[in-house]
Amino acid sequence: MAIVELKNVAKNYGSQTKGSSGNNAVDNFNLVTRDGEFVVLVGPSGCGKSTTMRMIAGLERNTEGEILIGGRDVSQVPPKERDIAMVFQSYALYPHMSVAENMAFSLRLKKRPAEEIKTKIDEAAQTLGIEPLLERKPRELSGGQRQRVALGRAIVRDPQVFLMDEPLSNLDAKLRVDMRAEIVKLHKRLNVTTFYVTHDQVEAMTMGERIVVMKDGRIQQIDTPINLYEFPANRFVAGFIGNPAMNFLRARHADGVVSGDGYGFTLDADHTQTMTSQRVADVWVGIRPEHLRLSDTVDTNRIEGRVEVVETLGAVTMVQLSVGEHFVFAQLPGHQKVAIGDTLTLTCDSDKLHLFDTDSELVIGRESMVQPSAAAEA
Amino acid sequence: MKAISQSAPSAGLSAEVTGARSFARTTRLLMAPAVIFLLIWMLVPLAMTIYYSFQQYNLLMPMYDGFAGFNNFVILLGDPTFWKSLANTLIIVAASLVITVGLGLALALLFNRTFVGRGVARTLAVAPFFVMPVVTGLIWKNMLFHPVFGLFAWIARQLGLEPVDWLAHYPMLSVIIMITWEWTPFALLVLLTGLQSLPEDQIEAAKLDGASAWQEFRHIVIPHLGQVLYVVVMLESIFFLTSFAEIYTTTSGGPGTATTNLPYYIFQTVFQQNDIGIASAAAIGAVILANIFAIMLIRYIAGNLNAGAAR
Amino acid sequence: MRSKRFNNVAMGVLAWVVALLIFFPILWLLLTAFKTEQQAFTVVPNFFFSPTLESFKTALAQGSGYWHYAWNSVLTAVASTVIGLALAVPAAYAMAFYPNKRTDFLLVWMVSTKFIPAVGVLIPIYLVYSAVGLLDNALGLTLLFTAMNLPIIVWMVYSYFRDIPKDIVEAADIDGASIMQTLFKVVLPLALPGLASTGLLALILAWNESFWSITMTDHSAATLAVYIASFKSAEGLFWAKMSAASVLAIAPIIVLGWFTQRQMVRGLTFGAVK
Repeated sequence: MAIVELKNVAKNYGSQTKGSSGNNAVDNFNLVTRDGEFVVLVGPSGCGKSTTMRMIAGLERNTEGEILIGGRDVSQVPPKERDIAMVFQSYALYPHMSVAENMAFSLRLKKRPAEEIKTKIDEAAQTLGIEPLLERKPRELSGGQRQRVALGRAIVRDPQVFLMDEPLSNLDAKLRVDMRAEIVKLHKRLNVTTFYVTHDQVEAMTMGERIVVMKDGRIQQIDTPINLYEFPANRFVAGFIGNPAMNFLRARHADGVVSGDGYGFTLDADHTQTMTSQRVADVWVGIRPEHLRLSDTVDTNRIEGRVEVVETLGAVTMVQLSVGEHFVFAQLPGHQKVAIGDTLTLTCDSDKLHLFDTDSELVIGRESMVQPSAAAEA
Repeated sequence: MKAISQSAPSAGLSAEVTGARSFARTTRLLMAPAVIFLLIWMLVPLAMTIYYSFQQYNLLMPMYDGFAGFNNFVILLGDPTFWKSLANTLIIVAASLVITVGLGLALALLFNRTFVGRGVARTLAVAPFFVMPVVTGLIWKNMLFHPVFGLFAWIARQLGLEPVDWLAHYPMLSVIIMITWEWTPFALLVLLTGLQSLPEDQIEAAKLDGASAWQEFRHIVIPHLGQVLYVVVMLESIFFLTSFAEIYTTTSGGPGTATTNLPYYIFQTVFQQNDIGIASAAAIGAVILANIFAIMLIRYIAGNLNAGAAR
Repeated sequence: MRSKRFNNVAMGVLAWVVALLIFFPILWLLLTAFKTEQQAFTVVPNFFFSPTLESFKTALAQGSGYWHYAWNSVLTAVASTVIGLALAVPAAYAMAFYPNKRTDFLLVWMVSTKFIPAVGVLIPIYLVYSAVGLLDNALGLTLLFTAMNLPIIVWMVYSYFRDIPKDIVEAADIDGASIMQTLFKVVLPLALPGLASTGLLALILAWNESFWSITMTDHSAATLAVYIASFKSAEGLFWAKMSAASVLAIAPIIVLGWFTQRQMVRGLTFGAVK
């Protein structure tokens, strides 16, 4: 259990000069965890999440900044002395050793007494339900079983920090859902500070106590899942978090009304004030598909378009409309009868609108409880 | 805190891992023995050969020694035997390459089918590559080429022809026959392995598209084998350039200088004429020749390395 | 599809004919080894004869020195392979798992030394060996074989190491293993088959080697290659004995070669074919 701090951490490959941020795989990374927190790093591939985790592990050296584990600066310390354990995407089990030997390896290296090793292995095996597998070799195990062994190998170390690098991506969908819950339960039980890397925002939202959304090596936003959903700090986070993804419409602002070809919205008081005082003319309007509904009256907020695609999912029906030059997705109740070619008018509530600056892509008005140092440029 | 050594994302653990100083030292220590060994056994002697090539040094006349400038090279380039040996070397290499690769490819195609006892047949066909070259020389010289007691002579007589004294009348041909007998199996083995890695579906797609056997060969098989062919040619050249055992046990470079190649020329100059200076000059020539071939192969390896490093 | 089946059978027969033709000289050698000297040295070849072990006995007799030469072959081949592996494994380990510009350069450099022709270093090595007493010396010859094979051994071990997934090595690092511990407890056990193949290939190349054996040894350290080469001047007197000795000399390698065909291809083509 420990607090992990990253201060101004950056990673640069290949360039000799400091500050050539064009080359930075990771830049300006700042984060302080709570003791025992489950932190998820999420973002598209190439965003630097794995690199960041490998820097915490010590498998890569941070070019700039400091990394502290439990108050100790570990930037110069090799992985084995950082008291961390890691679960790899490919599990990285030692093929020539049995499950028990895999789990015992690190303890044997530390020359722990055989008694203690056996106890720890049995405990971990019991927690993960892999006791019958202890004498088998990795190649005899299924993907899910190997995953548990990889977890077991990490647990046995009793480390200060757990690192998990996309551990579920090699599993099939159903197994992934099961293991997700298992890992969360495991975390609650062990209460060890954990970093979890994934590209899947569903995993991030369901597992993380806090989520770090990354893009192009920089932090976009650090926040709890619900805050990321309700108060995204920029257009990227808004479009990345939430499934199905948020719709974005370009609009012109005039006197508290934003509108475009086929749509118009009346802003609420806060938004109107911010827009007018900042004299914003062009803006991105974001609205989530689940916040759109059919309109039968003349509302102040409306989107009108032609139905192009209908996806009947049972509980909900996904509809895609062509609206001017945009495509808009809406999530309608399952019983709604919609046909391709229909013209629909949708409406929503003004407080569900998100506005984003067209240049900086930052959210306009209604900043969330974002850590100031994490607010990022696009 | 900048990294001490920079490198691109690597195939293994980055050398930038914390504690880089002791890390780099360990890496250097790990590589040192092999590097030092090769330095002592290869580079230092090579440098010494260069040194000797500029010295007048004959083991039989040790009183005449001293710096000779380019004298050795002048003498060498004026020696018709040297040029003959150079020509012989190139002929041997060229002929052997063409035959081993051409025949090897044909045989690889032949052996790439399923037939009864394929494994055994393949083992038999590949065996000559594992035979000691001195044994090869003796087999061919005595039991096959011999104009009286050899098998070829007997066959000739059976056919009513005059037996041929191969080593005396067709020495270069004989040497080339022996070398290709040894090395065609190698080409066969490598090319066959390469052929077997050709994905079935490409051939099937070609057949569906209506390709004839020749078209299939030209447009699918050859490009696929491209890299492999390249490496086989380069590798065989390196070995053919230094052919020695076959010549030593059969023709001893003769008759006259008919089969003297560069390595044998140098061998004679050292152990029969004892002229270190001239031999060293000729050795430099051999090194230069080998370098030309080697540079092309190294480029391929370096390319392969980088491709692997981007894992 | 009679014509297609006929085609296939015809090709199969052709392949067999070719294989037998290629193998024939070796077969003839084998047959001659089982003849007496009179049976071997005839104008009309003896295809049918009663085989005898007489020539083998002569070849292996005390006075022939065969065992001495065989021992030298074994000693130099095995020792050079062991030394070669001992030098190559740490180097390949550094190059495969802790690569940087320097290791990449050194790897290419090491492989390039293979292309220095033996004659390029013959003279200095001969003169130095002569001066320090390493001429006609088993150790001297062993070291030459090691130098000759080292580039290939390093390259092959390197390629087998590279086949090991890097996250297993990272996991060992995180588990607390030092570089040496990772090498011995994780990497070597996994690379063992590859190391065996490499060793076999080195053995074969050293055993068959003749240039250094002939130039650097006389009698004391002479290998089978030298012994057999000495038959070159014997005009037909010892064909059967020569054949027997040759068969004994090449048999182990042909067997080993059969086992390592694939690996030889991989090693000698620098990984182009796997």
